Amino acid sequence: MNTKGEFPMLNRDIVYLDNGATTWKPQCVIDAIVDYYSNYTANAHRGDYDISLKVDMAYEGTRDKVQKFINAKHREEIVFTSGSTESLNMIVNGFFDHVLESGDEVIISDSEHASNVLPWFRLAKKKGIIVKYVPLDDTFHVTLDAIKRTVTPKTKVISLAEITNVVGDVRPIKEITEFAHKNNIFVVVDGAQSVPHKKTDVQDTDVDFLAFSAHKMCGPTGVGILYGKQELLEELDPINMGGGMNESFDNENAIFLKELPTRLEAGTPNIAGVIGLGAAIDYLEEVGMDNIFCHEIALKKYLIEKLTQVKHIDIINEECDSGILAFNVDGVFPQDVAIYLNKYNICVRAGNHCAKILKKAVGVKNTVRASLYFYNTKEDIDSLVELLKDRDKIMKEMI
Amino acid sequence: MDADLKREVIYDNYSNPSNRGHIENEEYIYVNTNNSSCIDNIDLWVKLKSGIIEDIKFDGEACAISTASTSIMTKELVGKSIEEAKKFIENFYNMIEEREYDSNILNEALAFDEIYKQANRKTCATLPYKGILDALEKYKNE
Repeated sequence: MNTKGEFPMLNRDIVYLDNGATTWKPQCVIDAIVDYYSNYTANAHRGDYDISLKVDMAYEGTRDKVQKFINAKHREEIVFTSGSTESLNMIVNGFFDHVLESGDEVIISDSEHASNVLPWFRLAKKKGIIVKYVPLDDTFHVTLDAIKRTVTPKTKVISLAEITNVVGDVRPIKEITEFAHKNNIFVVVDGAQSVPHKKTDVQDTDVDFLAFSAHKMCGPTGVGILYGKQELLEELDPINMGGGMNESFDNENAIFLKELPTRLEAGTPNIAGVIGLGAAIDYLEEVGMDNIFCHEIALKKYLIEKLTQVKHIDIINEECDSGILAFNVDGVFPQDVAIYLNKYNICVRAGNHCAKILKKAVGVKNTVRASLYFYNTKEDIDSLVELLKDRDKIMKEMI
Repeated sequence: MDADLKREVIYDNYSNPSNRGHIENEEYIYVNTNNSSCIDNIDLWVKLKSGIIEDIKFDGEACAISTASTSIMTKELVGKSIEEAKKFIENFYNMIEEREYDSNILNEALAFDEIYKQANRKTCATLPYKGILDALEKYKNE
């Protein structure tokens, strides 16, 4: 894909393979943010003057773009948050806190990100719900069969990432949701690693809630999306009370809240960030989500092909269909590999990638992770592999 | 120490660390030391008697710099009194932070005298020292 002129960071002579952590921003996103700060700074939802009206149009216009991007039925189903983490915490604390009862079961997996684990742990402590884990198969996948075996009459929620951030396995969300709904089970999806990389259609998959972050899809940091089916969002209690979300209030017994989605966006929102997200969605639509997915898969295949020829490299997740590859260099601590690569301006991530309970399933505590995006090239892969080929060089230069 | 020797000292202490081992003995003070910014995670067991460090063992997962620094630290501090150990530790921190320090007492730990050039590795080199200071604090309070 030819994106070279479109991302300022691509001119920095850095090979960036940490897209699971955050992505680079195209100039059009940066421009949209600068434009707001330079030419029409005003608050949202105060349409008394021209520039404020313009802010409203841009802010609410992004809501329409998000709705279309994930094919939500209603624009009111799109709530702006600070990121996937906040979205997931709102879902757990604002909805499931009053919907679940002691003894109800929530199914997650060992490879979930902390933000899809810790909110449930807290609810378990507070309300006595039970967190259960669907077992992963030999290649770290979650199968519908495994879900069926884990579900009991007590199961009320299945909460999974569509793509995990460590092993990059893709979950059959549509099939899981179909089965879940037949059994009156809610489905929550952490889309932080999937929405940026493949086409998302919430009406097709029929998921109940979806969380994702702007900064992992070429947008700015500090913005996320909470999607929920309208009838469920109606029951989601606002975590934050304050300006912008109330209709009127006289005393503690007479507070009237606004309609969705404004009710769930108390305070001045991240206006610049939301506008930047709008530009990012335009950009991704132009590149094409299918093109993005295909390019990443082809690139990952190429990376695996090259790395399997290197004897001292152990690939953890060869069979996972996403742009995330976890590996280790025989006898070298992952962080030392990352530090060695950094000397050549190659950015990879070492560690447990916020999925601290994964080690019991994968048996490896830490890995090196290369996570790709559509602006990565075969040349990037070649530079990486070239440096990993020579184990003696790694051992010598990692110090 | 020239660059090659430093690398050799670090590498040797990383591949064959001294005092590595897991202790379950009440005579030892246990502390864990880790970096929130990376994945280094080291357990330390320290045996003190009459103000003297009699033994140190360590275990855990950590990068080359952390592991080597821990290995060297254990060798240097065993046999020292708390006062001598504190002096060593203070000098080590001074070296890492580019302050004045006494190079005559640091021995193998001098291998890290240029680590300040890699800011993200300073926390790796000082990780075990953070742990031993915690252990000495615990000893004082017991």
